[in-house]
Amino acid sequence: MVTTLLFYAFASVLIIAAVGVIASKNPVHSALFLVLAFFESAMLWLLMEAEFLAVVLVLVYVGAVMVLFLFVVMMLDINVERMRDGYTRYLPLGLVVALVVILEIGHVIWYRSQNLPFLTVPEPNPEGYSNTRELGSVLYTEYVYAFELASVVLLLAIVAAITLTMRKRPGLKVQDVAKQVAVNRDDRVRLVKDDAGTETET
Amino acid sequence: MTALIDLLDRLIGVIGLPEFLHYVVLTSIKIVLVLVPLIIAVAYFTYAERKIIGYIQNRLGPNRVGWYGLLQPFADTLKMLLKEIVVPSNASPFLFFLAPLLSLMAAFAVWAVVPFSENFVIADIDAGLLYVLALTSMGVYGVIIAGWASNSKYAFLGAMRSAAQIVAYEIAMGFALVGVLMAGGSLNLSAIVLAQEGTSVLGWFVWPLFPLFMVYFISGLAETNRAPFDVAEGESEIVAGFHVEYSGIAFGLFFLAEYANMILITALTVIFFFGGWMSPFAGIPGLDGTFIGQSSFFWMAIKMAFFMFCFLWARATFPRYRYDQIMRLGWKVFLPVTIVWIAVEGVMVAAQIGPWAA
Amino acid sequence: MPDFTPAAAEIFLIGAICVVLLVDVFLTDEQRRLTFRLAILSIVGAAACSSYFAATESVTGFSGSIVADPMSDLLKMFAYLVVALVFLYSRDYLVRAGLFKGEFFILGLFGLLGIVVMISANSMLTLYLGLEILSLSLYALVAFNRNSATAAESAMKYFVLGAIASGTLLYGISMLYGVTGTIRLDELAAYFTTTATLDVPAMLGLAFVIVGVAFKFGAVPFHMWLPDVYEGAPAPVTLFIGSAPKIAAFALAWRVLVEALGGLHDSWQDMIALLSVLSLAIGNVVAIAQTNLKRMLAYSTISHVGFILMGFVAGTDTGLASAMFYTVTYALTSAAAFGMIILLSRKGFEAERLEDFKGLNERSPWFAFMMLIVMFSMAGVPPFVGFYAKLVVLESVIDAGMLWLAIAGVAFAVIGAFYYLRVVWYMYFDQPAENEVALDADLDLRVVLSANVLALLALGLFPGGLLDLCSRVLS
Repeated sequence: MVTTLLFYAFASVLIIAAVGVIASKNPVHSALFLVLAFFESAMLWLLMEAEFLAVVLVLVYVGAVMVLFLFVVMMLDINVERMRDGYTRYLPLGLVVALVVILEIGHVIWYRSQNLPFLTVPEPNPEGYSNTRELGSVLYTEYVYAFELASVVLLLAIVAAITLTMRKRPGLKVQDVAKQVAVNRDDRVRLVKDDAGTETET
Repeated sequence: MTALIDLLDRLIGVIGLPEFLHYVVLTSIKIVLVLVPLIIAVAYFTYAERKIIGYIQNRLGPNRVGWYGLLQPFADTLKMLLKEIVVPSNASPFLFFLAPLLSLMAAFAVWAVVPFSENFVIADIDAGLLYVLALTSMGVYGVIIAGWASNSKYAFLGAMRSAAQIVAYEIAMGFALVGVLMAGGSLNLSAIVLAQEGTSVLGWFVWPLFPLFMVYFISGLAETNRAPFDVAEGESEIVAGFHVEYSGIAFGLFFLAEYANMILITALTVIFFFGGWMSPFAGIPGLDGTFIGQSSFFWMAIKMAFFMFCFLWARATFPRYRYDQIMRLGWKVFLPVTIVWIAVEGVMVAAQIGPWAA
Repeated sequence: MPDFTPAAAEIFLIGAICVVLLVDVFLTDEQRRLTFRLAILSIVGAAACSSYFAATESVTGFSGSIVADPMSDLLKMFAYLVVALVFLYSRDYLVRAGLFKGEFFILGLFGLLGIVVMISANSMLTLYLGLEILSLSLYALVAFNRNSATAAESAMKYFVLGAIASGTLLYGISMLYGVTGTIRLDELAAYFTTTATLDVPAMLGLAFVIVGVAFKFGAVPFHMWLPDVYEGAPAPVTLFIGSAPKIAAFALAWRVLVEALGGLHDSWQDMIALLSVLSLAIGNVVAIAQTNLKRMLAYSTISHVGFILMGFVAGTDTGLASAMFYTVTYALTSAAAFGMIILLSRKGFEAERLEDFKGLNERSPWFAFMMLIVMFSMAGVPPFVGFYAKLVVLESVIDAGMLWLAIAGVAFAVIGAFYYLRVVWYMYFDQPAENEVALDADLDLRVVLSANVLALLALGLFPGGLLDLCSRVLS
């Protein structure tokens, strides 16, 4: 009972947040609504006993991706009025696309519930069941190839990003910490014998 | 502590609430049992900070309110409560007030999974370590929103600095925790502490994971925007950073969140690397069975106090890092160190060296 | 411990990429040629791996994520060959254009890795990841010349459209997964051979997947990115995009349409036929109006894709074998064509306008002759390989009883011959512009390019061996 109640609470906040993302005038508010939406979906996953995915969603999307996203949005000087110009113009098309997507998803769900016997409410996992452990054990066995390839995609993304953005500017002053640390007293300090009263060469 | 909880459990049982409400009431009492001491600890941590830094700098520190200034934190709190909260013009009022609450929420919520002794933890969940990571990463929103909603350049600059810093150091911190996870074999914080239970101090993870401990603790300093990584507040450059526009208790909440986070870092350091509530004198003949040789919350508090002292010590000792140096340290030093050590640890696990010898 | 041998080439390649990446970091600009040599060496090593661990029968590995079969080995060999050619042709151009950076070869190797992964994918997940690796490296390569605004613009276009196409493909895959409960290609195939009726969700999934495949091929109406990308990218990158990924696109189409969804052939036949006819029509007709050679070749690619898709429409063993034959020979022809553009380009000047080929015969009779072979082969003039490739594809379509498609193919090929022959006209019967200078390409580039072009002639004269090989590995 409590779980159902929680589900509806989270789900309704999620929908409100999702609507807020597209309806709010200020892009920063939109981004913050998106954060809320991510958080609520994580809560829904928690209810489905997918705690690893839920926590990782919060960790990666809320904790890192959206922070950087907010960075950019906050620093951009977005003309809100101009952004809203196309709103009514594209609304009918958007509604049609939304309707089509809803119909498609509904159809697939209906289809599965009709034809295939295996779609039933899953049993709650037994005590001591660790979602994380289970995921880890398939990620590193059955899906290890795809997992490694995904890491290659990430490596490639890094290489591509650096290729496109890094340029060596001439005259850049760089601090070499290793050199700074390796400095001896003799490199910096020179003791000069100073005979009081006579002139010294420096 | 356990006895107390049991007693409360039975007391509430007398009323005869339904099971669900019974659970809610009991958990609420546990939360109060954690948070009230925490808030008091924060209050006296600020007092300790001023005193200790005072002595380090050859001053006396607060000594007017109460005996040796002991009532100073309460005076400060009272002052903040009574002050007016000024909302800057053109600020976004809802977000402006949401920000300190978000900070506080993130700072307090993590304590739900922190085990204080073998049987006392509010929520003994399996994915505790992930929960800690996720919640600490939420804290940055308080900072960002505060900086943006204040409609002030100083606040915004401070927020940007601090957010970039937090995100950068979170990665090194997360990797350090991966090492702990490998050593502990579990994501549950209590299980991680229990995995360090050995014959003596040598079972603590700080020995095999020493580089990770260093990275974790220093990242903890950076993560909480403490000196020497406090460019986000940078008094000399941007006045006070993201909370420059906050006054009264709204500022007080940020303050509370920051110090609660610092105490949290010390608690987590103790749990992950220093055997949590384990006694350092366990296994020494003659001390076994006595209070000193026994694991208890007392030992956890002592260890936490030591690391809290280190926080203050660092603040009093080191000059502030420049911003690019902070980033360099996080990305170019800590990150490679953690990755290398995780690889080393992997080899140690595979070769059954160290605590992994079965 | 899984069996690593089915993925030996991929594993070697990723290791080699890491080595090249690390070595390149420590090189100065003068030593950059070492990166180039290492890249070539990596390809040779991968080829050695592929041939050493060549599969005699279909073997799946990594819990069914990948499959090693003779077809994948053959396609991989051609992919290695084409990418090695691309690197060889590109080197001098890059040096002259001041773009000789290690990243070009590293991204190229990544692209090759993506192609290789796609070729031997046995699961939708692997296929998709391979596709992403390939696409990502291509996006970065198109924008490789950072000082060029057109390159950046076309990269942006490519990226946005490519991301939409990837999304479409994923959406289709997710629908197929919703229906069948599996992403493994062999299990999908088993599902669709036992389930004769095709319901709406599976149909939608199929349609979305086909859109994704068509985009990667550049088939009309999903071809919009192609001309802009070909034109905007630096010539070596156009060379890369125009050749090797076609092999990957063939593999993608073959794995998805034939291997996994072969049971649905009747359902997708019409869709592919439509794509094929449209590609032939738009590609050939619009190409006539182009004055930019790269753009013209882009439209010509679209029309060639129409021919490749014809083999899929037929769906018979000979049809597929001829489509494969067409793909690999087209990749070689395309490499030669863009190789010629690179050969004629100099510092600060891209020989990409048709006028740049005016009077080539007087400047360099040999390379004018080479270009003649390439153009004739593309137009489908006997005895060059393009003719034979078109012939076998058309034959298979007629055998499958789709005479109208074959007639359309021939008609548009005749129209298309016009613009290929125009290039030849320019080279032999027009005067060169006054400020033309002699070709100054390195010897190895000349030799390899000539060998490449002569291979087109040789394959056209003796196509039997390769065609046999194609039909043998496919069965």
